[in-house]
Amino acid sequence: MSAPPPDPKLPQSLAANPRLSSWVRFTAEGRVAISPGKVEIGQGIVTALAQIAADELDVEIGRIEMIRASTAASPNEGVTSGSLSIQQSGRALRHVCAEVRLCFLAAASERLGVDPALLGVEDGMIYGPGNVATSYWELAGDVSLDHDATTGAVVKSAAARSVAGHSIHRVDIPDKVFARPRFIHDHALPELVHGRALRPNVSGARLIGLDEERARSVSGLVAIVRDGGFAGVVADSEAAAEAALKALRKGATWSPGEPLPDENDLAGFLRRQPIETTIIDTRTAAATKAARTLRRQYTRPYIAHASIAPSCAMARWDGDRVHVWTHSQGVYLLRADLAIVLKLPAENIVVEHMEGAGCYGHNAADDVALDAALLARAASGRPVRVQWSRHDEMFHAPFGAAMAIEIEADLDADNEIVGWRHAIWSNGHTARPGRAAQPALLAASEIANPYPRLISTNPPPANGGGGDRNSVPLYDFPDWTITSHRLLTMPVRTSALRTLGAQGNVFAIESLLDEIAVLRGEDPIAFRLRHLRDERAREVIRAVARRAGWKPQKQSGIGYGVGFARYKNTGAYCAAIAEIEGADDIRVRRLTLAIDVGEAINPDGVINQIEGGAIQATSWVLKERVRFDPTHITSTSWADYPILSFSEVPAVDVEIIQRPDIEPAGAGEAAHGPVTAAIANAVHDCLGVRARDLPITRDRIIAAMELAS
Amino acid sequence: MPTVQFQLNGATVAVDADPDQTLLDVLRGPLGITGAHFGCGAGQCGACCVMVDGRAMTSCDMPMWSVADRDVVTLEGLGTAEQPHPLQRAFISEQAMQCGYCVPGILISAAALLNDNPSPTEAEVRAALDRNLCRCGSHNRMVRAVLRAASEMATS
Repeated sequence: MSAPPPDPKLPQSLAANPRLSSWVRFTAEGRVAISPGKVEIGQGIVTALAQIAADELDVEIGRIEMIRASTAASPNEGVTSGSLSIQQSGRALRHVCAEVRLCFLAAASERLGVDPALLGVEDGMIYGPGNVATSYWELAGDVSLDHDATTGAVVKSAAARSVAGHSIHRVDIPDKVFARPRFIHDHALPELVHGRALRPNVSGARLIGLDEERARSVSGLVAIVRDGGFAGVVADSEAAAEAALKALRKGATWSPGEPLPDENDLAGFLRRQPIETTIIDTRTAAATKAARTLRRQYTRPYIAHASIAPSCAMARWDGDRVHVWTHSQGVYLLRADLAIVLKLPAENIVVEHMEGAGCYGHNAADDVALDAALLARAASGRPVRVQWSRHDEMFHAPFGAAMAIEIEADLDADNEIVGWRHAIWSNGHTARPGRAAQPALLAASEIANPYPRLISTNPPPANGGGGDRNSVPLYDFPDWTITSHRLLTMPVRTSALRTLGAQGNVFAIESLLDEIAVLRGEDPIAFRLRHLRDERAREVIRAVARRAGWKPQKQSGIGYGVGFARYKNTGAYCAAIAEIEGADDIRVRRLTLAIDVGEAINPDGVINQIEGGAIQATSWVLKERVRFDPTHITSTSWADYPILSFSEVPAVDVEIIQRPDIEPAGAGEAAHGPVTAAIANAVHDCLGVRARDLPITRDRIIAAMELAS
Repeated sequence: MPTVQFQLNGATVAVDADPDQTLLDVLRGPLGITGAHFGCGAGQCGACCVMVDGRAMTSCDMPMWSVADRDVVTLEGLGTAEQPHPLQRAFISEQAMQCGYCVPGILISAAALLNDNPSPTEAEVRAALDRNLCRCGSHNRMVRAVLRAASEMATS
């Protein structure tokens, strides 16, 4: 395998932010400040980016200080999502650091009177023949990085890298085991006061009347804020803010709200709504007569982010300027929405990132930032910290969209696939802030002169799509039509959750494929390999089969299933084999996975992401479903929205196929689809029934058995 | 407001607190402790676990009146970077987290387990951590880290 030729174009993030000094600075005491526009959301990205910088600059990783993203100075890299941070920020940093190294070698050459080709760099010291030496820090005053990147720099070859490709310990973990404040929740600003926003307990209800009297008498109250249908309190402690909010709620009058669909007929609901239809892809072959057509419907419910921490933000006003601290995935995008709602020029707003708990997509992080900015207006220049309640987090934050997917597979007389029609009904999978003329933040729809609630849309297929993500098969079927129907109504608020539509689509495709393989009496792995041309795809499937000892001998009560996908059809390849035990309930005993992300910058980081994705997917498949009645979201506590517990977590075994010469792709979302399908297929192997509705619970299996008998 | 006196990480503290106020509120508020996290406020997720008289308890639903004269240990009291608890070392060695928000409560639950049962089986570790939720899926790494700490403590 040879290295790819140098890219004549700048990496995407670098083309958008070409100024070298916005990415790298050499600071006093032999330190290097690296400023990515991507943020740590629990995935270990800052460590991987530090590795890339250390390699290209030839400095020890301990010298690198990773700067948190802020609109005050950081490159604008949009949103930290879609498993793109390594692809976008990593490529940009690799290029920037290679060019910075060249700039310093040129300066060192001049100072030392040595041909730059004879110079070498070791931990930031620049050496030449005859023991002449200088360093990045010695030259920093002479070398300006206040110019734009060029396309001339050549990054190191894979063989020359010594940090990337190794399992370096994460830079953030020591703080987290020694209770050193790192989360926004733990950050103490001077004179901090606490805010809480008043939200309805009925879906879609609006605040129409407010008697503030009871709340006024709460000790510690600083202010009550009301702006149309938005209201909240500020107090000098969290306990006082909670007490004031409780008192304020007693004085609130709400409009009746908007009805929610029937939680037990999601497919019926999704298929009856006004829709916008898009043909995602078609392929036509000379017609082969179908002997028969299998038509199957698959569904997945609304899924909650259910981060362990409720969303939190801080804001402080100074005249007509506001500083916001947030765990948002996109500081510039949040700033754009804040500017609309607060009617301020963007320059008057600084949005600074601080770590929150694990983030799996567009949760309430951005919403609470606007709450903080609105409440802080009443705090006379003191910073206000706002934290949502668990209830509000599970009620008002966006959910991952429910999906109904119907596939029709035309089979010839040998049960070979000759036609394939895949149709999706779903809300859009993203309503992120900062991308539309109207804001996406919750309080924007509550204030006086409210903005309409943004109905979620789908990213274009070229960016991976939304509801249609991973709906185009990678298999060599001769003929297909892939159709996406996006709902134009949104009674249940949805936006981006890890994988967008990919989990549902991979579940559907891989389940039906398994069913057809069984129909043909063909091994499901052999069947997949026969229909795949992409060698990397074939290799992850062969690797997972070897590692899991496919196919173990049939034992009563145990089942095995396989699932495969390449995330977004352009990212990481992942194959999974599930071993389950099926009796009264389904227990997933073991998941074996093979993953190919191209170059794995931090192999243990990749394994951690795949393990985590596999376990989270198991939780989605076995347990998770947002519950509601006609007026309320009812799954607002951990008791009503259970997730997988330690005793229920399967063993997870991951094999990485390292390809150091291939551009790295992200790992965070690669496992969910394949694991979902593998578990469903193992259920069939074990119990002989097809589970086509998620989550796969005892009741669902009994229903499927009744249907089959 | 009455004064409540208790042991916190080996030192005696006295705080003015409403008897119904929660221990977590007092720890995170006037006492400035960040090694116990708010997650749900209902004792269901374990992010706020602290050791009370050697047992792991959720502090978000523990009223201050019940804390008087008791011995409370938070993550701050477990060990430091200079003198880490074997569990803290093991969590670093195993890279046993993704976001780490649940980790304070999990370290406390694990420390309480090892006090009671210095050489637990894997199943016993899992059972002891069942009241702690992790959303990132780092469970198996955490279990490995607890077992590693136990074997390290047994040989030292």
